Amino acid sequence: MAKNEIPLWEVFIRPRNGLAHKHCGSVHAADEVMALQAARDVYTRRGEGVSIWVVPSAAIVASDPLQKEENFEPTASKIYRHPTFYTVPDEVGHM
Amino acid sequence: MYSQGLIGAKTETNEDEAFLAAFQARIDAEEKIEPNDPMPEGYRRTLIRQIGQHAHSEIVGMLPEGNWITRAPSLRRKAALLAKVQDEGGHGLYLYSAAETLGVSREQMTEELLAGKAKYSSIFNYPTLTWADIGAIGWLVDGAAIMNQIPLCRCSYGPYARAMIRVCKEESFHQRQGYEIMMTLAQGTPGQKEMAQDALNRWWWPSLMMFGPHDSDSQHGDQSMRWKIKRFTNDELRQKFVDATVPQGEYLGLTFPDPELKWNDERGAYDFGAIDWDEFWRVVKGGGPMNRERLAARRKAWDDGAWVREAALAHAEKRRARREATKLAAE
Ligand SMILES: [Fe+2]
Ligand SMILES: [Fe+2]
Ligand SMILES: [Fe+2]
Repeated sequence: MAKNEIPLWEVFIRPRNGLAHKHCGSVHAADEVMALQAARDVYTRRGEGVSIWVVPSAAIVASDPLQKEENFEPTASKIYRHPTFYTVPDEVGHM
Repeated sequence: MYSQGLIGAKTETNEDEAFLAAFQARIDAEEKIEPNDPMPEGYRRTLIRQIGQHAHSEIVGMLPEGNWITRAPSLRRKAALLAKVQDEGGHGLYLYSAAETLGVSREQMTEELLAGKAKYSSIFNYPTLTWADIGAIGWLVDGAAIMNQIPLCRCSYGPYARAMIRVCKEESFHQRQGYEIMMTLAQGTPGQKEMAQDALNRWWWPSLMMFGPHDSDSQHGDQSMRWKIKRFTNDELRQKFVDATVPQGEYLGLTFPDPELKWNDERGAYDFGAIDWDEFWRVVKGGGPMNRERLAARRKAWDDGAWVREAALAHAEKRRARREATKLAAE
């Protein structure tokens, strides 16, 4: 970060009670207090949420998009992980 | 509001054939491109330019309407206008964030705007002379913006598309509050109706210019379409806007300042007169009635806010140091 650049924060909002916080965007703010305030003003002007998290963007560790294949491809062939892989006779009913 | 048909981006790019073909295949499969994905330099540059211009337009766009907040004719109108202008500020911030994912900093974009190097929509270089202008802006300018922005919700670049979905949800209130102002004036006293007509007369042509140069004169449209940054050409969007807007104006009992405006049965669309492109380029290049004033207002806001930014950073640093000290003392 260059001198005098105001840090970036990622904003997560819980839309309703019972749902998980979901990423919705980012804000610049000098500290966490101002980040929460800015996130409220920028992302919840129409009742979009009941709770906000802000996380310094620099603290996020992400998987490498270039390794997408090796990371996620192996699960595509493991169809036995899904319930539809198994047959249950009609007579048994819903399972 | 407005990514006015992108002005002057360089779409040329110099990756090898295989790289470009693989990228194009992802685009053609309607995959979204995300910030850390490999992408051609021309794609990145075009988006930084377009999203930046769009963000600047939202921010500068707060000025002509902000001009009327304290003089709105009722508390209801004032609350609505305040909320709309605040939304535009929010749109600017969503878009700056989207541009930042491409590796440009907020400071860099701000500096370019303040130095007069970055463009923003030409529409905001016209003055808001009467209250009716606030109606005309909401109805026409936000209306044109919506026409432009709805296809951008399907832009191939993920962060831009997601920002546009939020923006579009908020824009429809803007257009409706503007149309309601126009309707109230058009159904009011003869003097009020005249105000509405005068505003429509002044804002109509600049609104059509918001869609940018003719397709035949817009050099970078084709590549933007292939990369699915754009989904419709400038002229297609302009035509859609005219077709949607003319009946709304007729409902108000107002006339459009274009003697050639006429329904064409064969085309199933309105024909309209020639746009004054000299005026368009003059305003884009800084010679509009309000260019100087808009930039001066942005510079003043930036300079006057400098001590706040410095104080906020100093305060954050002080709190961080204090926390650190308490932690050390506790160990
Ligand atoms: Fe907009
Ligand atoms: Fe907007
Ligand atoms: Fe708007």
